[in-house]
Order: sequence, then C-alpha cells, then structure tokens
Amino acid sequence: MNDLFFARSQMGMSLAFHIIFAVIGMAMPLLMAVSEGCYLWTKKPIFLELSKRWAAGTAILFAVGAVSGTVLSFELGLLWPKFMQYAGGIIGMPFSLEGFAFFTEAIFLGIYLYGWNRVSPVLHWLAGIVVAVSGVLSAVFVVLANSWMNAPVGFDVVNGQLVNINPIAAMLNPASLHETIHMVLAAYVATAFLVAGIHAFFLLRDSQSVFHRASCSIGLVVACISIPLQIFSGDFAAREVAKLQPAKLAAMEAHYKTDKGVPLVIGGIPDDVTGKANYALQIPYGLSMLVGYNPETKVVGLEDFPRDQWSNVRLVHWSFDIMVGTGFAMLAVASWVAWIWWRTRRLPDNKWLLRALVCSAPLGFIAVETGWFVTELGRQPWIIYGFMRTRDAVTPMPGLVVPFTTFTIVYLLLAVIVIFLLRRQFMETQPRWIKKEPVSHA
Amino acid sequence: MHETLLAAVMLASLILYALMGGADYGGGMWDLLASGARAQRQRLAIVEAIAPIWEANHVWLVLVIVLLFTGFPRAFSVIMIALHIPITGMLIGIVLRGSAFVFRKYDSTEDAVQRRWSTIFGIASFFTPFFQGLTLGALTTGDIHFVGDRVTTGFFAGWLTPFAWTCGLFALALFAFLAGTYMTVDTQGQPDLQNDFRLRAIWAETALIPLAIIVFITSKYGAPLMYQGLTNWWAPLLLGWTVLSALIATLALWFRRFRAARIAAVAQVTFILLGWGLAQFPHLVTPDVTLQNAAAPESTLKLLLLALGAGTVVLLPSLLYLFQIFKGQEQR
Repeated sequence: MNDLFFARSQMGMSLAFHIIFAVIGMAMPLLMAVSEGCYLWTKKPIFLELSKRWAAGTAILFAVGAVSGTVLSFELGLLWPKFMQYAGGIIGMPFSLEGFAFFTEAIFLGIYLYGWNRVSPVLHWLAGIVVAVSGVLSAVFVVLANSWMNAPVGFDVVNGQLVNINPIAAMLNPASLHETIHMVLAAYVATAFLVAGIHAFFLLRDSQSVFHRASCSIGLVVACISIPLQIFSGDFAAREVAKLQPAKLAAMEAHYKTDKGVPLVIGGIPDDVTGKANYALQIPYGLSMLVGYNPETKVVGLEDFPRDQWSNVRLVHWSFDIMVGTGFAMLAVASWVAWIWWRTRRLPDNKWLLRALVCSAPLGFIAVETGWFVTELGRQPWIIYGFMRTRDAVTPMPGLVVPFTTFTIVYLLLAVIVIFLLRRQFMETQPRWIKKEPVSHA
Repeated sequence: MHETLLAAVMLASLILYALMGGADYGGGMWDLLASGARAQRQRLAIVEAIAPIWEANHVWLVLVIVLLFTGFPRAFSVIMIALHIPITGMLIGIVLRGSAFVFRKYDSTEDAVQRRWSTIFGIASFFTPFFQGLTLGALTTGDIHFVGDRVTTGFFAGWLTPFAWTCGLFALALFAFLAGTYMTVDTQGQPDLQNDFRLRAIWAETALIPLAIIVFITSKYGAPLMYQGLTNWWAPLLLGWTVLSALIATLALWFRRFRAARIAAVAQVTFILLGWGLAQFPHLVTPDVTLQNAAAPESTLKLLLLALGAGTVVLLPSLLYLFQIFKGQEQR
C-alpha cells in the first residue's frame, strides 16, 4: 500500500461521504417546496409543519454537505496537484459556475431556514424553490467537470502542453448530457425513497397518522415519477459509455472477448486470466441487444485493450450489477404503489407494501454509491481518460496515510452523530404527531 | 491584464471572506471565551447573529479557491503541495466547526451537551483562522521554491517561520475584533451584552497593535519582499488609512457609536488585506510564482471574468437581500 493507494482512498472516501449529503441537500428542498406549496394551496397546517420538520433535518445535512464539499475542492489540489495544474484552466469553468450556484443556494437556504417569520409566506416558498433550483445547478456543474474527465475535449496537446483551450466545448463534452441527467434523477430517486421509507416505517406503527401519511405521499409522488425516468436515463448512459469508453463498458459488463451476439453477464466472478465470468447468469444476446438493439451487434471486449488499461473488472462489474439491481427493485416497488393508487386512489395502507417501502429506503443510496464506483473505478487507470494516468497526477507528499486516517475517523464520527441527531429530531416529536392534528406556528 | 483583473477579484473575495466568514470565526472565539454572569446570553446572541448567514459567508472561501485553480492552476498546484500540512489542518477545522455549530443547534438543549458542541465549535474557530493566516503568511515568506513542476523546498518551508506564525495570530486577533464590533450592533437593545462585546472588541483591537508591529518586524527577515513592498511609496498612505480607521473604530467603540465602529472596523480590515495584496503583487507564491507565469490560457481567463460578471449580477442582490432580512435596520 503506497501513497497513491491512500490518495485514492482518501478521495474516494471523501466523495462517497459527501455525495450522500449533496444528494439529500439537493433533493430535500424540492420535497420541502412541494409540501409548502400544498400548504399555500390548501392552508392545511400539517403541510407547513411538515416543511418545518424537513427543513430542520435538511439544515443538519446541508451543513455537513457544505463543509465536506469545501474539503473536496481543496483535496483536488492536495491529492492531485498535477491533474489540477493540467486541467484547472479547462474544468475550472464549471467549478466556478458551481461556486455561484452554491452561493445562491446557501443564501436562500439561510432565508428559508431562518426567515419563516421574516418574509411573507409566498416569498418564503419562492426562496425554497430557488434553493431547489440552484441545488440542481450546483450538481449539474460539478458533474460536468467529472464528465470531462471521462470524455476530455476542448483542447489540443502540443509537446505535452495543453493549447487551444475552449472551456465551453470542454464543459459540453460528449459525456455531459447522460452524466448530468443520470445524477440529478439519482438524487431525487434516492432521497424520495429514503423519505417514503422512513415515513412508511412510522405508518406501520400507526396507520392513522395524518402527518406520516402526508409525508410518505409526497415522497412517493417524487419517487414514482423519477425512478422510471432514471431507468431510461441509465439505458441511455450505458449506450453512451459504449461509444465513448468501450473499455469501461466492457468492465461493467465483465465482457472480455470482442464478438457479435454477446450475452448479458449478470453477477458471477469475473476472472481476468481466463477472460470469463464464472458462475454468472447469462442472457443470450442480451448485451448486443442493449448496445445496438440487434442480436448481431458487435461489442468490443477487454481483450482489445492493453492489459495496463484495464480497470478493476470485478469491482466495476459488481458495482454496476448492484446499481442496476437496486434500480429495478425500486422500479418494482414504485409500480406496486402506482398500481394501488390506480385502483383505490389512495396511498398505501397495505402492510406488505409499507414493509417493502421500508426495505427500499436505503436502495437509492446504494445505487448512488455503486453508480459512482462504476464511473470512477471504471475510468481507471486514467484520471483524464486517455490523457493522464491517476498515478501521474498524485501529489509527491509522503505519509498520506495520516490525512486519510484522520479524515476517515472524522467522517465516521460525523456520520454517527448525524444519524443520532436525525433520529432524535424525529423521535422527540412523535407523541405529538401520532394522533392529533398539529397546531400551526405560522 | 486579464490575470491582474482576476487577481483583483480574488483579493476582493478574500477581503469579503475576512469581513463575513472571518467575523464568524471571531464569533466562535467569543463563544468559547464567553464568561461572567451573562455567558449564556452572550453565546445565544452570537448564535443568533451567525446562524442565518454563516453558510453564505463561508462560500467566499470556496470562491477564492475555485478562482485560484481555474485562473492560476500552476499556483494552485504548488501551494497545495508545499502547504499540504497547514491546509489540511485548516480543513479539519472547517469540518469540525461547521458541523459542531449545526449539531449544537439541533442537539438536546441540555447544558452539558450544548457545552460540548460549544467547545468544539470554539476551539475550531481558533485554529482554523490561525492556519489561514499562517498559510497566507507562508506564501509571502519567499521560502517556497520549485523547479519545473517539482517543489524543491519540501513540505515544511515557509509555514514554520516566526513570520507565518505571527500572521496566524494576527488573523485571530483581527477576526476577534471584527466579531466583537459586529456584535455590539447585533445586540442593540441589550445594553449589558452590548457592553460585554464592546469591551471585547476594544481588547482585541489593543492586542492587534503589538501583533501588527511584530508582523512588520519579522517580515524584514521572514518575508523580505513583503517588507520591501511595505516600504513602497503607497505604503505610508495605506498605513495611514489603516491606523486612522483603527483609531476611529476604537474611539467609536469607546463612545458607544456602534454603527460607526462597525464601518471603521470594516475599513480597517479592508485596508490591511489591501496592503497585503499590494505588497504581494505580482507574486502568488513569492518569489517563483507570479500572476503572469501561473495564469491559465487567455481564453479561460476571459470566459472566467465574463462568468464572474454574470454571477455577480445574480449574487449581489441575493446577498443584499439576505443581509437586509437578517441584519436590516428595523431588526431588533
């Protein structure tokens, strides 16, 4: 284990930690705005109280997201100075725009969280909408920077130097569209299923709670709209990856041998030596159909790439399968919800459905994490696909095990505290909410 | 030309960060040092003053760093290699501070629990700006060198010097002074609290005088180019303005003209950082990295300036609106 290993671990750990808070901080404002909109429309105080509850939880998560995001903006240089020296002038553009989007988000979140009694209800609601929109924009800009690492364009290399830099072309690179769409939808899917699952848990204890019924419903509306869209966007993304980064697609699918009529490999244990995935479920012609809509489509396998340009096939393939699996599991639950709603015009009473919702609460986040494993691990050994290797970008700083361990401990502690606080935030208010209608403080 | 303009924007952002985010650190310091019969109320007043705006105040730092790596990628790379250690220290401070602040607000209102978060928040409020002052100081020392892409002076150059450490302490006192002064306005209508913060601000301002002198003296050997810069033609002028605003701030605090004191304090901090920026010009890392040799290609700089212009159009009214809501005249 060398410094490169610890640099990668620290970056990966920081991203994996931050993304949870970023995703919630981006999607919760939408749920809050929907709920507050319901309040403005129906004047039912329960919706106002719900927005306030959610806002308190979001404040905690947003703060942790903001500080861990700050850490990341420094870590880009602390860990990968050569990469930033090379690419700063190119991908700095989306990061700068993200700076402004984040600024707007922070300003209006301040107004939203602390301005309940200081601005008019409609203005307050609008502030919430600004938070939701600027949150999405922040995410889009950050993902644009990442998409350039996967599909670097907008420059020429002359004598090892980057010339003719066109930051706009770099920002609107071929990977930008599918990556941004997939990420934004992922945030809504993950957060909506989490919210619906948590409130379903309380509904299981007391199905009469108006409060949890309302909250669960709002979560489910967002979940049921976003998950089918996400499945489509995933299909689109995979086809784009097949075009742009065939080596990544081959690793995702554990596909070694370039051929026509390629089966889809699900699960199994990929073996780089034999070029086979052992014990895998194979669907004949599956991959060819997915990539080209034709059983005879030729799909490039890993064998066409030099061995030192392979990523860790097992990790990428398993992550990919977990992401897809959780995605379809959520789609199944969402279909069940939609079916019940279609027949009874009522949101879930069925105990089994509520239990399914509780079980699917973490699925979206598992999909978000494994999805990023696919993107980031699948890009290896490159930090800029085809141009710069990760090992050439790492800092000369020795002893990186120290910051890695320190940040890991700090983040673990933060995670424990956040979970504890959120749980308390919820539990403390239970007795008041279980039966009676709340009293408004507006 | 474009790189100088961009550097000016970065300096402006840095000054705004000091004025807003810096004051939040100062708030944390006074939170930790809250004492006497009104300690509890002092803490409460600080939290109320900071809570709605600290997330936004904090973004100035992100903006500075993003502009640095977009506009001057080479400088960013060198700084992050040579000052890896103090910057990591600062980051840990930022994480602990931000989380402790929000945890305290949402954790149990029990005294012991609150005090635990208060302590973490307060301690991190001390060492984060210390590392920030130290890092800025280290950039000026002229101890950090590199050849080609390789930093040749290792990972301890610059920031372990007396000059850098005094810069860190100076930043502490400056932010404490700023926070104390702001708090006198924020506690309007509570004369006893107002007086607490008034005395604190005056103490911090008094501590600044010897620290400023030590910074100046240590700069002679610790940061020779900065020392030279401070003996430029414009330096006495700027120094005069700094001293004048410091005097006005102190007198205004003494005579309880708190709004005037706040304006003078803002002016004082602005002049100090302006002086640092001018003495540092045109170096980003003295003496090897300059604005010119670290700048990104022209196409990036132009676009970045355009984006900054457009961003400001959105940002400025929003920011004014935020401050008008929470810091407006009619409040309290």
